Amino acid sequence: MTDPNSTSTSPTTSPVPPAGTGAAGGGIDPRGPRFAAAVTAAVLAVVVLTAGVWLLAAQVAVFAVGSLFGVRHAPYGQVYRLLVRPRLGPPSELEDPAPPRFAQTVGLAVTGAALVAALLGVPFAVEVGAGLAFVAAFLNAVVGLCLGCELYLVLARARARVA
Amino acid sequence: MLTRALALAALIAGSLLLATLLARRNGRARAVRSDDRLTADDLGSPLGTTATFVQFSSRTCAPCRTVRRTLADVTAARPDLVHVEVDAESRLDLVRRYQVLATPTVLVLDAAGIPRQRLRGTPHPVQLRLALATVAPEPSPHEETR
Repeated sequence: MTDPNSTSTSPTTSPVPPAGTGAAGGGIDPRGPRFAAAVTAAVLAVVVLTAGVWLLAAQVAVFAVGSLFGVRHAPYGQVYRLLVRPRLGPPSELEDPAPPRFAQTVGLAVTGAALVAALLGVPFAVEVGAGLAFVAAFLNAVVGLCLGCELYLVLARARARVA
Repeated sequence: MLTRALALAALIAGSLLLATLLARRNGRARAVRSDDRLTADDLGSPLGTTATFVQFSSRTCAPCRTVRRTLADVTAARPDLVHVEVDAESRLDLVRRYQVLATPTVLVLDAAGIPRQRLRGTPHPVQLRLALATVAPEPSPHEETR
């Protein structure tokens, strides 16, 4: 249904071949993760408004599916594929699914921690956790911010220091 | 409920502000004050005779691919320019040495291999060409086919 990305120029010299090109692991429509981020932001906004632990738990589950199985199989991604995508033209290019999947993992960590804290009785855990995840999802939906890019090196450097 | 609505409004306003700040900083070139040369050995590649673009990328980095394409376009018709891509995770020595905080980050080296400009995020080709002009102001003998 989609054409693979046909124009892909490589750098003049590349001593360390960069991993994660668009078609690696099967490229995905980049609008899918943006759509999912918008839905995520809306859900988290409702969580903040209602301090809804159950809704937070549901979002944690959504993050978990996306993190474990990839964004193609995540609930919002399915909605995009089945309901939104057929109404749009084909994507101008495909993107690597690894960064959005990493973002799901980050979302899972933040909201999962908030959920655990809330169940342990920590006050405002729901609002704070949902609020942080909301900002990330909102920025991703609105300006396409790549959270994985910002965090990946920080984590890599921290891991290297510990090792 | 009202306090929550206010909190949400504050979150949205804060996010929009953050988005504006990030969008403005994206791709903007900053001068680098350093005399820490990068050599061909460091990079595993010869340096450009006019300038070298060193792109730090990582695995979970969708914009890195965009920057790779932009730099390929900018250096395409210029044999005096070299584009080198560095996997940040396998070159943490360079990451620490030049304090690369996130990917993509592009360092523009002069002919001697000294980093003179740093661009974070996804620069527009114009931003890259301006940075190049800052690093190498002499007119190039090669013709640019654009």
